[in-house]
Amino acid sequence: MDNQITAYTYIGEGKVVVNKRLIFYQEKIATFAEFIRALYKQEQVSYPKFYKMDSLSKLGFISAELLLRNENPGRFKPGSLAVVLANSSSSLDTDLAHQDSIRNRSAYFPSPSVFVYTLANIVIGEICIRNGFKGENAFLVSEKFNPAQLQEYVSDLLDNGYAEACICGWVEILGNNFKAVMALVEKEGSGAVIKKEFAPLPFTEATLNDLMNVN
Amino acid sequence: MKPVYAISENIISSLGFTASENADGLLSGTSGISIHQDTALYFNPVALSLVDTFQTEQRFEAILDNYKTEHKSGSYTRLEKMLILSIAGALQDISVRAGNPRLILILSTTKGNINLLEDRFTAKFDHKRIYLWALASVIRDFFGFANTPLIISNACISGVMALIKASRLLRSGKYDYAVVAGGDIATEFVISGFQSFQALSSEPCKPFDLNRKGLSLGEGCGTIVLSANPPDTGSTSILLAGGAVSNDANHISGPSRTGEELSMAINTAIRESGFVNRDVDYISAHGTATPFNDEMEAKAISLSRMNEVPVNSFKGYWGHTLGASGIMESAALIRSMKMNCLFRSAGYETPGVTETINVIQETTYKPVNTCLKTASGFGGCNAALVFQKT
Repeated sequence: MDNQITAYTYIGEGKVVVNKRLIFYQEKIATFAEFIRALYKQEQVSYPKFYKMDSLSKLGFISAELLLRNENPGRFKPGSLAVVLANSSSSLDTDLAHQDSIRNRSAYFPSPSVFVYTLANIVIGEICIRNGFKGENAFLVSEKFNPAQLQEYVSDLLDNGYAEACICGWVEILGNNFKAVMALVEKEGSGAVIKKEFAPLPFTEATLNDLMNVN
Repeated sequence: MKPVYAISENIISSLGFTASENADGLLSGTSGISIHQDTALYFNPVALSLVDTFQTEQRFEAILDNYKTEHKSGSYTRLEKMLILSIAGALQDISVRAGNPRLILILSTTKGNINLLEDRFTAKFDHKRIYLWALASVIRDFFGFANTPLIISNACISGVMALIKASRLLRSGKYDYAVVAGGDIATEFVISGFQSFQALSSEPCKPFDLNRKGLSLGEGCGTIVLSANPPDTGSTSILLAGGAVSNDANHISGPSRTGEELSMAINTAIRESGFVNRDVDYISAHGTATPFNDEMEAKAISLSRMNEVPVNSFKGYWGHTLGASGIMESAALIRSMKMNCLFRSAGYETPGVTETINVIQETTYKPVNTCLKTASGFGGCNAALVFQKT
């Protein structure tokens, strides 16, 4: 049985696309904080913990929310849902904030609520907590988006029975430069939610490349 | 299932620069953790396990000579030197060529060259060196590895996850060899962060003990070379038999209250290996010595009905080495299997978890054939890996 992408989201260049449909657009992005707040409001996401998250987690969390909005992940066992994400700068965006808090001995204020986000995989933890996913997870780092590496990692999980479905993608942020592409991947015939506007795509390197350049 | 062999291992820690030196240190039973007063690391004295800087420099100079490279020692960061030493150490006794096109480097680290964010280093190294992929590139270029490295940064399970992924890559036939290396260094960045969590013990950590007061940070590197072919020395074969990863889906900085998810990973890994839980004769636990971690692990071990199985934590010897820990501790586990020796869990005196588990109090010689390595980390992640001796 082939693996297929049954839903995807794209966030980049001010655009938010969910399953081919443009749902949000900001022509001029002042800051990531403003962008993500506006998106959160428009999409009426309600999750108080969101405000405590760092930027990487906010970006990944919103992507997963939009990705799963019309899905029914309950059809999979919690332990068989995997999350595999990747990016280029790991948690550097928050690392810089933590380093700033310890730069001066006279103004030394390291905070556990910042420090905990100096690990790239915390965004995976946030997605798992929200959705009750208990399966395999991995955070990979590569200089540029590496569709071959991601495709191999996820296919291995699905093809060898380590997972029934996998949320995978690229979640990158440094300052106000950000981009997130996320896909729900599952076996053909696993009971995916049928969508009018979007037919499942083959889970290949080429498809992943296309999704990264949805513009 | 296609077998995957661990054919060579290296450990760099406060106890030494080779797996043998570290095994000697573990046998002697003394901890490498001590109180350090280094204001470049922290403004107050703090219990740490540090790798000897003078020896690192000396040994690195020797490596530069061996590899006949044009590069100068000063063009490498502290972590790069340690990682190169560790990988060179693991490669020196085996006939695997670094440039083999069927070989992949898998790098495990949580913070990489994070010390380069400090003002004293910013002028010395290119700003890009802070990226984990740049660190991997430096290592790749030094040895001439043919393939793009796979970089795993998944908190404190990174090392065990890297070994699990490596074994899957070899089992699938995608590669014949994997050099799995992990490293993290002690920095003000990490020390101040764990201090802000009030997670650090004022004395060397005491995993699973009643009087444990938190973790001790350490630094180090570990390398394990995996092969799809049996070792050419004809010695004992150590196989990576099965592995699994799970998530608590509970809290980003606190472990599961029940240990159910770690237990799930343990059971899956053992099942994949073709064993049942009572076959396991030793567990190398994560054992950070924080109250919650050790309690969760004891619950998981109990849920998996492994209360009688001897268990230890290496954190009492070389502290918590973050992204390196899973590889260093697996390398120590491999030494246990080769020596048929179970090392005392340093720092442990009085049972301090609510479940009855069999923490190793005296270093003992006995057959060690089927072993389990576990790890858990921030983000709610857990990993379990089974080793088998044939």
